[in-house]
Amino acid sequence: MQYERPQSTAEAARLLHGATGPARILAGGTDLIVQMNAGVAEPALVVDIKRIAGLRDIVAEDGGFRIGAAVSCAEMGEHAALAAAWPGIVEGANLIGSTQVQGRATMAGNLCNGSPAADSVPGLVAAGATARIVGPEGERDCPVAEIPAGPGKTTLKPGEFVASFFLPGRPARASDAYLRFIPRTEMDIAVASAAVNLVLAEDGSVAEARVALGAVAPTVRLVDAAGAALVGTRLEEDALEALAKACRDACAPIDDKRGTIEFRTKVAGVLARRAALIAYTRAGGRT
Amino acid sequence: MKTIPVSTRVNGDSVEFLCAPEETLLDALRNRLGLTGAKEGCGSGDCGACSVLVDGRLVCACLVLAAEAEGAEIATVEGMAEGERLHPLQRHFIDSAALQCGVCTPGILVAAKALLDHNPDPSDEEVRYWLAGNLCRCTGYDKIVRAVQSAAAEMRGA
Repeated sequence: MQYERPQSTAEAARLLHGATGPARILAGGTDLIVQMNAGVAEPALVVDIKRIAGLRDIVAEDGGFRIGAAVSCAEMGEHAALAAAWPGIVEGANLIGSTQVQGRATMAGNLCNGSPAADSVPGLVAAGATARIVGPEGERDCPVAEIPAGPGKTTLKPGEFVASFFLPGRPARASDAYLRFIPRTEMDIAVASAAVNLVLAEDGSVAEARVALGAVAPTVRLVDAAGAALVGTRLEEDALEALAKACRDACAPIDDKRGTIEFRTKVAGVLARRAALIAYTRAGGRT
Repeated sequence: MKTIPVSTRVNGDSVEFLCAPEETLLDALRNRLGLTGAKEGCGSGDCGACSVLVDGRLVCACLVLAAEAEGAEIATVEGMAEGERLHPLQRHFIDSAALQCGVCTPGILVAAKALLDHNPDPSDEEVRYWLAGNLCRCTGYDKIVRAVQSAAAEMRGA
């Protein structure tokens, strides 16, 4: 195995492009090194992106935030302005693993690992976040929602990697929330999860809503009908039930030891309702 | 196989070693530097027995490549005592009998010190959540939480 520590995204792209065997990006390593230690991944090339300028930074950009691909989840939680603007994204990222894992794990790794249960991905999808992707043909921006392709799979082309995320600016009266179900209180993988991102109108009704579900389909899923169920409402009971139904209808989960199809489907709706109420309250709405 | 020269600092001392590209920081600490305080429990980041600080950040040394330590500042359990003088956490772990087999203890001490360094007065709940990634199969955690709290109280001068 060859270990490389490039100083620029262009150099990283060149290394990936020139790889003669399986190549992997190393950011936090909390998935990659586990897979290497277990013999599941045997990369010929590991490209450590943590020394690339800007990739460990959270910076203000166009009223929003750009978050480098090597920023740890712990660093996100410690960034007061980010946590205030996007509490749902930060709480999703801060649910991944232990304190130790938090110190290394990144949203980019969480996304590119391709788990349908990735805790930081529903929030990014609900936020309408874009990923800046660097590859052999240069840079491109892609909605995060278009990157997951199935368990362990992404739509990234060979030689491409995520360099950063962009979270758009927030109007007043906007917030988000993320909830997952696990059978314990910490250190577990989502059985079902939901992220809700709301923008309220001046009169307190929902002007815009985006809802994303995790762990209930082969990929994290943006549920347009669930968002539409909330627009124009103040989260009255019938609106919440319409939201929950739209979420249940969007579920296509697996049946496994972590949860049955029936359970995951029901809980996805419950979590979406609760996350919507949290996001609504955070945005200044009163039910 | 190509070896990688690494120049780093461990517990304040400058250290240089050669490692294999896929070698973990845990293996380098134990096998190349003779620092066997950090333990390999699971090798997958679940148990926390290999907890160390890298540039002030609590991590599992089994999930860090040794090569990543280049230019970094590493802190391990071996750096906690000053000569014969134990760190208050170490003393209170002994006094409170907060360990039995001891395999998890170095990781818990490093993790608890990291907690108290940034939060000198944590609630029991904060201690338990902070240490959720440090598994102990002997004690049931209660004595560990109490030892952390009594050390924290002493360190605050209470």
